[in-house]
Amino acid sequence: MRGTRGVFPPTSWHRSAVTVGVVVVVASLLAIGFAPAGRSHDRAAAGHSAHGLQAKLEYCKTCHGLSGEGYQGYFSMPRLAGQQPKYLENQLQAFIERRRTNPVMFNVAHALSPSIVSALAAHFRDLNPRPAGGGPKEHVATGKTIYDDGLPEANVPACSACHGPEAKGQDEIPRLAGQLFPYTVKELTNWSKERGQGGTKADTSAIMTPTAHNLTQSQIAAIAAYLSYLK
Amino acid sequence: MAILAIFLYAGGPLAAGESVPIRNCTWCHGTSAQGFATAPRLAGQRHQYILNQLLSFKRHTRDNPPSKENMWDAVANLSPQSARGLATYFSTLPPRAANDGDPEFAAVGKKIYELGIPEANVVACVVCHGPNAEGVREIPRLAGLAYSYLKTRLEQWGQGYHAAAWPMPRIASTLSPHEVHALASYLSFVR
Repeated sequence: MRGTRGVFPPTSWHRSAVTVGVVVVVASLLAIGFAPAGRSHDRAAAGHSAHGLQAKLEYCKTCHGLSGEGYQGYFSMPRLAGQQPKYLENQLQAFIERRRTNPVMFNVAHALSPSIVSALAAHFRDLNPRPAGGGPKEHVATGKTIYDDGLPEANVPACSACHGPEAKGQDEIPRLAGQLFPYTVKELTNWSKERGQGGTKADTSAIMTPTAHNLTQSQIAAIAAYLSYLK
Repeated sequence: MAILAIFLYAGGPLAAGESVPIRNCTWCHGTSAQGFATAPRLAGQRHQYILNQLLSFKRHTRDNPPSKENMWDAVANLSPQSARGLATYFSTLPPRAANDGDPEFAAVGKKIYELGIPEANVVACVVCHGPNAEGVREIPRLAGLAYSYLKTRLEQWGQGYHAAAWPMPRIASTLSPHEVHALASYLSFVR
């Protein structure tokens, strides 16, 4: 692709069209030459080349960590390792539809074909690096209590009821185990400013809105600290 | 002692630990540490970044030619205490902007900085270096660094130098010469 880049980078739409064209041609050739019959990843193989997938994985891992463990730069880049594929696919779609506001991820998501999203999500699901940790240890025990039992008097249900006793998530409900401390804090603090922004568009994030609102800042920090160490 | 103090003071203001050899740095980095030629601006740079770089010169992991030629020997006998004193002193000086890039490319550079080029797998610089290229913790401030310094660093990462500074080698290898030109130009103007 480097050869196609001129003095002034073409617009993203133009570049997308070129990329899609190249990918389709390469993928067609690969499909004829290499795709073994009856392979379970036929859908993925039809939409992108192995090289294209590898380059995209390296791109994701530049920010999200070599093992998908997440990275705290100026902003938080969340852990993707072990994440539920359905959740990842749903969030990438939410960036595109601006149900979830993030100018960088909006652009990232726009450059991904459905088949490459499936392949990326499957790859990250199978990674299992150690949690990055980093939350204040003195709050871990409180966080575990809130996670396991909720705060009935504050209308906070047990997190474990949906996210699972080990915080592994299921389908469109995300894994939380091992998530970066500052990321969890930021998401719970800003929930209704970042999620569910698509007006009338259906968005599963609505489920979390009342719970996020009912948590105090110190309770959020406790939950985030607990999750940051959870394997 | 008084004579020694006057002699040291002539080099400019000293940090609290008055034994820190600031003058050894400012010969090349400039009396107010705003950088000169290949020696980058240190004023306003992140404390932890300065410390880490001094360590990487000492361990020879930062091995790009100007570092090897100038900095390996310079830090060979630097004590950890002096390194901390230098980092504190330089990180608290107010930085200026070099303003020496190509203004016509600043807008292109800004766009790459803020959004990357997803179709070419170029990541957005902003996520680590911050909205004003101010850096954070061990991630360096880039705002206002000299065009030639920024350009050379990106080029040398692309050539395989200073490989330990992941993910910068990988990022630099995804950038075309025009994109390096645009980014270095943009950053030279950021305050």
